[in-house]
Amino acid sequence: MSVESVQQDLAGQDYLADRALATAVHLAITLEQPILLEGEAGVGKTEVAKALAAIRGAKLIRLQCHEGIDVHHAVYDWDFQRQLLAIRAAEAGADAGDLYSRRYLLRRPLLEAIEHDGPVVLLIDEIDRSDDEFEAFLLELLSDFQVSIPELGTIVAQTRPIVVLTSNRTRELHDALKRRCLYHWIDYPSVQREIEIVRARLPGVPDAVAERVCGAVARLREHDLYKQPGVGETITWARALLALGDEATLEDTLGVALKVREDVERVRAEGVLG
Amino acid sequence: MVERAVSELAARMRAAGARVGVDAVLAAHRALAAVDPSSREDCFHALRAALCSSRRDLAAFDAAWVATFVTPHDPGGDPGALDAIMDAARMVLPRVAQPAPTRMPLQAGDEPLPAAYSDAELLIDKDFAAYTAAERVAARALLARLARRGPQRLSRRTRATRRRRDVHDARATLRGALRTGGEPVARRYREPVLRQRPMVLVVDVSGSMEPYARMLLQYVQAAVAARRRVEAFALGTRLTRVTRELGGRDPDRALARAGERVVDLGGGTRIGAALGELNRVHGRRLGRGSVVVILSDGWDRGDPAQLSAEMARLARTAYRLVWLNPLAAAASYEPLTRGMQAALPHTDHLLPGNSLASLQMLADLMETLA
Repeated sequence: MSVESVQQDLAGQDYLADRALATAVHLAITLEQPILLEGEAGVGKTEVAKALAAIRGAKLIRLQCHEGIDVHHAVYDWDFQRQLLAIRAAEAGADAGDLYSRRYLLRRPLLEAIEHDGPVVLLIDEIDRSDDEFEAFLLELLSDFQVSIPELGTIVAQTRPIVVLTSNRTRELHDALKRRCLYHWIDYPSVQREIEIVRARLPGVPDAVAERVCGAVARLREHDLYKQPGVGETITWARALLALGDEATLEDTLGVALKVREDVERVRAEGVLG
Repeated sequence: MVERAVSELAARMRAAGARVGVDAVLAAHRALAAVDPSSREDCFHALRAALCSSRRDLAAFDAAWVATFVTPHDPGGDPGALDAIMDAARMVLPRVAQPAPTRMPLQAGDEPLPAAYSDAELLIDKDFAAYTAAERVAARALLARLARRGPQRLSRRTRATRRRRDVHDARATLRGALRTGGEPVARRYREPVLRQRPMVLVVDVSGSMEPYARMLLQYVQAAVAARRRVEAFALGTRLTRVTRELGGRDPDRALARAGERVVDLGGGTRIGAALGELNRVHGRRLGRGSVVVILSDGWDRGDPAQLSAEMARLARTAYRLVWLNPLAAAASYEPLTRGMQAALPHTDHLLPGNSLASLQMLADLMETLA
């Protein structure tokens, strides 16, 4: 296992990583340390975890964070409807067993990742959307990979999952959490690399279209826009041009790449697309 | 040797303001052992991934790397130091010395307190421009109390409640049912908790604001220290984020740090351009739900059309947009400056910002924004 092989394997999953990202991913695997990926929206943070799971032959388990997320969303919950039914059944004489046993346990992503038999890539997506309390809880989980359920006891992971955290930087994460993680900032790709990405994602795209779209996106990113187009938008733009055929212009399809009215107006007024 | 090199890197990064803990240094050694030691590039990336923990640290790392391994005489790098790095392959978790924690002796609080309550009372309506140095210090406690008050919002996190609410608490109801022989007698409910709404404070530090900027900055500092999720910016010819600098317990040090950071203190104002930077560069941090407070007299040397456009954008993304203008305290005040005229249609509230009383008004207003 080396940095090159990680880079090649990722490329095999149509994810073109630069050397720095491949190094960070390689370290996350060999050091068994979580990796924190930051970057602008649409640079492919989440895709890293998907590609990583594919190359490791691992199951991808995703926890999408949101405000107010707590243990019962992330780790486990009890199935109340079934528990209540079981109580009724017991009144009627049926044996329901222990109400707080695994029969009535709902496993949420983190518990699933810990209990899964075999390799797991755990993607904790948009961690910055959760709040401080959940971050503190994660901190514990990421150091020991065990959870305690009061009614059942402590459950320890058989194999340590590879953990990928992503953040959009809507707020600063706690330093303690960052310290546990390897860190990588994913930048927008260069024009050349973006052309390669478009080619990898849209096999059979004519070179002219890929170059035209990636050149335009690069020019847009040089301008002070409220919202810069991400790699995902580049790919959609190329697909839009392909679908529309020869007569489509970049100008007509600008709405695929830019979603803020002021940005669109400004780009049109200044003739950025030429 | 390799301990020296990594520790040197870490020390240089710390000197540049990055936080590099002992655990990061340990991780760096393990990272080195995991990559091909003869590849300079891999060592660079491995060390960077281990030693950095935010985007801010990347620049510090790059500088530290150059300082440690690249000497001016030899642009290709110092082979001696690189050899040391290559030893990494043979190293397994080396010993890293941790300096004994030195504890600074606590100094007795020497903050002057007002001799009587009436002293603070007298300050309330006094114009900030007329403050003496002693009064500035005396007002500190009041400022801190004001700064704790701010806007709130309902969180999506809930807590159990005895009262009847919309959200049913199945967990608690079941627990109660077990106590009554399986019969869910009492339904339990959950209600959302109140959270501090994020705040963005933008202080004008240009020349015309000089008499007020000191006290307003003190207020901003107190807000950063007292509340969560407060972002602070200084506005002049450009925008400077000072949230990090204003954090910490000691207000004097915080203000000194911010003063060093802001290069255009007492200079001109281009509010439109600065707000444009706020919208574009920091747009994500503002979040959709934040209350944005601009503390400025509205004297603007920039383009009013740009100011108007950026204010419109800011008003659309922020929850509420409040403008605090020290000049607005005068009864005869009319927003005649071009900047103020451009900005006013987009502000939700215009308040005076010249005294503690006006900051009290701001606090009162923000508490109604729940």
